[in-house]
Amino acid sequence: MTSTTPTTPTRSPVISPTVVRLGVHGIFGRRRGILLFVLPMLLIGLAVLVRALVGQDNDATELTLYGLGLVVLVPLIALLATSGLLAPEIDDGSVSYLLAKPISRHTIVASKLVVAVACVLVFGAFPMLVAGLVMRTGEPLVAVGFAIGSLLGGATYCAVFALLSVMTRHAVVIGLIYVLVWEGLLGGLLDGIRWLSVTRWSTEVVDNVADLSLVDDLPLAYAVVAMLVVAGVATWRTGWRLRAFNLTGDE
Amino acid sequence: MSNRPETDLSGRPPSGVIHDLGYRPYTGPRLGEGPVAWSFFVTGLRNAYGLGRSGRSKVLPMTLLGMMLLPALILTGVLVQARDVLELDEHLVAYSTYPLTTQLLISVFVAAQAPTLLSRDLRFQTITLYLARPMRRSVYVVIRVASLTAATFLLIGAPLLLMYVGGLLADLPVGRETGRFLGGLAGAVLLAACLSGLAAVVAALTVRRGLAVAAVIVVLLVSYTVVATVQGISYDADSETVGQVAGMFSPYTLVNGVQVFLFDSPEGTITPPDSTAMGLAYCAAVLVMVLGSLGALMARYRSVQP
Repeated sequence: MTSTTPTTPTRSPVISPTVVRLGVHGIFGRRRGILLFVLPMLLIGLAVLVRALVGQDNDATELTLYGLGLVVLVPLIALLATSGLLAPEIDDGSVSYLLAKPISRHTIVASKLVVAVACVLVFGAFPMLVAGLVMRTGEPLVAVGFAIGSLLGGATYCAVFALLSVMTRHAVVIGLIYVLVWEGLLGGLLDGIRWLSVTRWSTEVVDNVADLSLVDDLPLAYAVVAMLVVAGVATWRTGWRLRAFNLTGDE
Repeated sequence: MSNRPETDLSGRPPSGVIHDLGYRPYTGPRLGEGPVAWSFFVTGLRNAYGLGRSGRSKVLPMTLLGMMLLPALILTGVLVQARDVLELDEHLVAYSTYPLTTQLLISVFVAAQAPTLLSRDLRFQTITLYLARPMRRSVYVVIRVASLTAATFLLIGAPLLLMYVGGLLADLPVGRETGRFLGGLAGAVLLAACLSGLAAVVAALTVRRGLAVAAVIVVLLVSYTVVATVQGISYDADSETVGQVAGMFSPYTLVNGVQVFLFDSPEGTITPPDSTAMGLAYCAAVLVMVLGSLGALMARYRSVQP
């Protein structure tokens, strides 16, 4: 594999349809795909319950969409979607067949991430839009803001978790602990974490689109640039890591 | 070897004999199902804390136990040191609220240890060896859950004991503290049983350990977040019955509600059960959760090939 000449005459496309198809199968061909359907249903069910209980209430909407949706569900959906993409193939060794194909490792990563981001769009951002519209029918901007925020944040999470899944076999557990402890627990306790937290960055986007103030004192430009940089670097590092992939694996 | 002829080539019957080499068979007492189950329980309990396993598997449970004890130590220290300054007459955090505050640690413990007890037996087929003993499948299931419950109970109960002893040394009223402590311990038993049951069901359905850990944490975390959200909103909307019903869907809020109802503990949730009927419903929900998970496990293990 090291003999791949850098001056390949036909440059491979950025996205490979076959790898995308494999990725879709990797997520929905397993039982964990069910969770991807259950989590958004929970959110929408809760939205309907909230609407029935308190009507169109601002605080309740923020509590549901931010506290449950953006902080808990979106990272989890990104984690579930990403964990089904690369980790099982590395675990059972079939990744070697994929890597043996004359496709750039970066193309493989990009194609797999397209699937994960599509999952975030369908199972994260869209349910947030629906839930937001259910709870705040009068102000669709709130719903749109949360949808955009969760898409951006979720995509960033996907890239981070993809990098994690090629770095360690315990990617799911480490990713969960990161989401729970850093983003959830510490992010709620320590305000300074807003500079280093994907969830706060995406919340800042929500704040600007929907004219809310969930996160204080964080420039929008910083938030957007930080998300783009983290997503870009994580994607590139994932491809780089696959390029120098050691088939014997760890342990 | 199996189609060896009854006679050899010369037509005579085979003349080989099995020699008695003098090996002595085991003639001591053979223990029945009870002792097997007991030693299985003790092994499971030790394994949950990594005892009798590799050093690496001791790290997580022991760290979690330490992290569980740390806040209790700090709280007791504050109570002892600043009792007169702050005019404290009781613990800063009630016994019944402590598991709710530290639920992240408890969830991680249960999620990490349920698969070590259940998923690995299925994945590596060691369950065959267990079921080859004079022990029925149902006993295997019950003992596994019991080991996990006991381990979780130790995790939740240890900081409570620390707070109790610290409180007594700081001269809190003995009778009142003992009552509250016993209530807290009863809650710890119920919480441990609920969590272990749920975690065991998820772990038994997932053969791969990493996924089982993730699934258990997701179930516990998402259920609590949803319940807390619903309770907060229903409290604001003055329809607390909805919040009380919602409280039954997360083990943490459920057991806290039972403690409020049975032992008159301080409320740890925003909408605790306030009527007798709701309190009884909470108690019933605990029973349903524990027995339901045991039933689901029995159904799952009925189809396991030994």
